[in-house]
Amino acid sequence: MQQTRRSVIKAGGALGLLAVLGSALLRPGRALAAWNTSAFGAKSAVDAMKALGMTNAEDSKDIAIRAPDIAENGAVVPIDITSNIAGTRSISVFIEKNPFPYTGTFDFPEGTVPYVHLRAKLGKSTPVRVVAAAGGKFYTTAKEVKVTIGGCGG
Amino acid sequence: MPDPMKIRATLQGDVADVRVLMAHPMETGQRKQGGKVVPLHFIQTITAQLNGRTVFSADISQAISRNPVFAFKVKGAKAGDKITVTWKDNEGESRTDEATVRGGS
Amino acid sequence: MNKSLVLGLAAACAAALLPPAFAQTEDPVAADFDKFRAVLEQDNPAELWEVKGEQLWKTPRGPKRASLEQCDLGLGPGVVKGAYAQMPRYFADVDRVMDAEARIVHCMITLQGFTYEELAKKPFSSATKTPDPVSITTYVAAQSAGMKLAPPQSHPKEKAAYDVGKQIFFYRAGAYDFSCASCHGVDGQRIRTQPLPNFTSPAQAIKANQGWPGYRMTGGVMHTLQWRLNDCFRQQRFPEPDYASEMLSALLTYLTVNAQGQEYKGPGIKR
Repeated sequence: MQQTRRSVIKAGGALGLLAVLGSALLRPGRALAAWNTSAFGAKSAVDAMKALGMTNAEDSKDIAIRAPDIAENGAVVPIDITSNIAGTRSISVFIEKNPFPYTGTFDFPEGTVPYVHLRAKLGKSTPVRVVAAAGGKFYTTAKEVKVTIGGCGG
Repeated sequence: MPDPMKIRATLQGDVADVRVLMAHPMETGQRKQGGKVVPLHFIQTITAQLNGRTVFSADISQAISRNPVFAFKVKGAKAGDKITVTWKDNEGESRTDEATVRGGS
Repeated sequence: MNKSLVLGLAAACAAALLPPAFAQTEDPVAADFDKFRAVLEQDNPAELWEVKGEQLWKTPRGPKRASLEQCDLGLGPGVVKGAYAQMPRYFADVDRVMDAEARIVHCMITLQGFTYEELAKKPFSSATKTPDPVSITTYVAAQSAGMKLAPPQSHPKEKAAYDVGKQIFFYRAGAYDFSCASCHGVDGQRIRTQPLPNFTSPAQAIKANQGWPGYRMTGGVMHTLQWRLNDCFRQQRFPEPDYASEMLSALLTYLTVNAQGQEYKGPGIKR
């Protein structure tokens, strides 16, 4: 059966990330084992959280997300996250409406404040979801950030 | 050899406020230039040490902005301590830079 | 003169001296943008180009294998600190007013042996390449961070440049009959989410200078005022101005003199 170019590209797009990273794994001398390909390749925050084993995350008011209500430019959105939950070991970020929502996990060994500042690309208006891991449990909250078309850019 | 990072580590009491600016295109693999798709090229892992002890690490995606900036805070730091930051990308490139913790406010 | 007329004139003068109400502070969206842009500017990717620009300034390059360390930006050969804040200015060796980037291009030509044609061919940044004059202008501008803008207006050609710049600012042309003033000549205008500062007003004219050279979030590229003016002309459907031309130096003279006395904070971040 002949596939049209369009259908090949469409199919390729969904698997594109995994395909590229899969071939990258063949390169020598690279510690990619820890980088969670299936979580990073998940198309929804829910699926990414499953792949990361972040089950039963309970809503928490003790995680503070500071981000603009409206982003001046979706390409560079500053996000400050502080977890006030005792024993927070990591903070994970999911930009729910991005093509691949899982954006990263930041680990805090003993002695590091559970705080991170990062800058992310938001493809469109979206909740920014954060999951904090503490004491073997998961806690979550989200903040909506609007992304709009700007002006001239001066 | 990738361009160097800019690392600033300033003491606020006994907490070192560490700010890192990395030079990296963080290509999503969805951008076109000259009619061709620019391949995926992004930092995947970051680690930071204070005097040789790991104090921060991260796994990140291509959704982090171009020329990434991160900030984190390490307790128990002193002026003169050494902060070392390393990033590794999906092409096998890596960069390590260091800075000295400076006394601040 | 009678007493009521004197009082009337005094009141009018007092009112004229009051700072105009900023359109920007009344717009909560713009205020929020300003707040988060300040967060972004704490760690500005522009710093990567400041470093690059400094390397380019100090490294012997070009057919003449010379560095730019003898380049006179108006304060004497090699004096970089404070020079950007005092431009555009008149340069006797070329008998014309030059803005910072035009002067840097001039030094690259005369000291290093580059040609105008090669520097003007692709003078603006792309995602993969930043032209050397852009990096160097970023470095030079950073050395004026925290200083008050003070473009000189003592030489007759500096005054003439201001007048010509003002004429250009108000000159209506192109398919839409736009002038710079159409967008930037009155208070309270905006394009989508962005307020358009009124550059004829001294208090708002600082916005024509503040944050340039700027790391533009759109595309993650470094841009100078030469790019910004070129892009304004494009948006006005004007013909493309010549890179680093006398005409652009005049327009920059008008914009910078209008903002004189206000603090320039160095390279910034732009949308």
